[in-house]
Amino acid sequence: MAQTALNPKGVSPSADWKKWLGVTPFFLFAILFLILPSLRLFIGSFTTEEGQFSLANIIQLFEEKAILDAYWLSIRISAATALGGGLFGFLLAYSVTVGGLPKPLRSALITFSGVASNFAGVPLAFAFIATLGRTGFITTLIKNLFGVNLYQQTNFDLYSFAGLSLTYMYFQFPLMVLIMAPALDGLKREWREAAENLGASNFQYWMRVAFPVLLPSILGTMILLFGNAFGAYATAYALTGGRLGIITIQIGAQIRGDVHHNPGLGYAMAMGMVVVMTISLIGYSWLQKRSERWLR
Amino acid sequence: MASEKIRKVVEMSGISIDLRVGKGRGRKSWSLSRLGTRFWSWFWFILGALYFLLPLYATLNFSLRMERDVIGFKAYIRAFEDPEFLKTFLYSNVLALLTIVASIILIVPTAYWIRLRLPEARRIVEFITLLPFVVPAIILVFGLIRIYSSPIKIPFTDATLFQPLTTFEVGTDILIVAGYMVLGLPYMYRSVDTGMRTVDVRTLTEAAQSLGASWFTIIVRVILPNIRAALLSGALLTFAIVVGEVTLASFLGVPAFGPYLFLLGQHRAYEPAALSFASFLLTWVAMGLIQLFTGGQGQAAGAH
Repeated sequence: MAQTALNPKGVSPSADWKKWLGVTPFFLFAILFLILPSLRLFIGSFTTEEGQFSLANIIQLFEEKAILDAYWLSIRISAATALGGGLFGFLLAYSVTVGGLPKPLRSALITFSGVASNFAGVPLAFAFIATLGRTGFITTLIKNLFGVNLYQQTNFDLYSFAGLSLTYMYFQFPLMVLIMAPALDGLKREWREAAENLGASNFQYWMRVAFPVLLPSILGTMILLFGNAFGAYATAYALTGGRLGIITIQIGAQIRGDVHHNPGLGYAMAMGMVVVMTISLIGYSWLQKRSERWLR
Repeated sequence: MASEKIRKVVEMSGISIDLRVGKGRGRKSWSLSRLGTRFWSWFWFILGALYFLLPLYATLNFSLRMERDVIGFKAYIRAFEDPEFLKTFLYSNVLALLTIVASIILIVPTAYWIRLRLPEARRIVEFITLLPFVVPAIILVFGLIRIYSSPIKIPFTDATLFQPLTTFEVGTDILIVAGYMVLGLPYMYRSVDTGMRTVDVRTLTEAAQSLGASWFTIIVRVILPNIRAALLSGALLTFAIVVGEVTLASFLGVPAFGPYLFLLGQHRAYEPAALSFASFLLTWVAMGLIQLFTGGQGQAAGAH
């Protein structure tokens, strides 16, 4: 307090840099194990093997059809599971909040969502093989009930776009439930009553009041789901054994053994991923800010 | 007040009766649509429950059928008896424990100091804790390998600071724990920061200082016990991320549980299903404990 009288800022200049010492370990850690490795990939994608500045890796990224296809496949799977998981997750969150289901179901769903959104990787892949694989539980069930062999009579294949998307959905829609349930709680009862008193139908209330308020939150979370699927590696690798060439699997192959015979190209592929993830995180936080205007 | 109470009871029983007085124009269509709402709510909920439970049921069902025409735990016994399982699972647990302890040692003083003395560092530190969302595990391990597989030199000289971390066991362990700390950083930092928001850090610190406590004593004996629920939830999330993690573990070549389970799946059928179901139960226990200690605040990690 005495210091405040002497110095309006409340700190003397010498204490100003000293107090930054308190966070040095954190910054040191972040630089060593997060910033430096990312920077290495960033620099690597703009230099030749001899260390000269060059755009060749970036250009090659856009010329190599296999890599572009991998990005495109990853983007499609991520978009499909973000949309599907987002929609399904929203409807589920709706059913236990505004939808009027008994309270215990709500806490059951939230707990289960917490578990499922963390249940990924190898165990998840094995669970889906046991469910929808060639001799899986549902595959057999459908064969016995309807006489349809999924793998021979339809185009279905667990180790393909559709199969991987179904598997990703298992951790995608619970994440949507976890984020949307509190947002739906934020819808005020007064808004509904006001709409009711003005003679609005249920449909009108949702289209004109609730939905516009929720939209930034819905879109933002879907973008989060997109990034969540885009960066996934372990689940896809365990499920398809690397046969389905999404971008993370391609990068994995490049780390293991430089399959494109150009280490710089590997860095460029990694940077491309970081760019997509950055765009989606920025989109998410922007929409999240907008949704806070009404909710909370 | 009483009508509000009645409405709640009625709502919970699942019957929709409109208790409010007065007749608005859309009254009839509202209660009709509420009936429809209830139907669709049940529909989506049941669909969701099936999506959750069927894969688990299928895995459990499959894992119990190792012996022909007999339901039994043979696959579980076989899986748990494998000495390799015990070794990798223990190793992963040790990694998780080290990650949690190191994360707490790194993050608690940082978050504390920012709250107490350095609010101007908040933005940059929060930005850094969000970076792991932008750098997925596969990219992180790529960068870590490229940096630490060659000897670290003091900048602008030829003097070697230390040998490449990836060439010796302790070095790889340090690297993977650091990597896991990065993956868990967003969750751990948020937990700790939220925990500190609910206790008055400044007053606690002043009280402790006036009693002559050192900084170390303040953090260990005053701050830590006050945020133990937040710490526990951060720790359990980190545990859930680390124990089954595959990406970092397989690229750094450590004998962890994730890669072991993956390899087992390449040449066995029933044991991997048994272990998958067991690891689901383990995730369930971790998340259930978080729910118990925090009342369900924020539990979405991601090592996918």
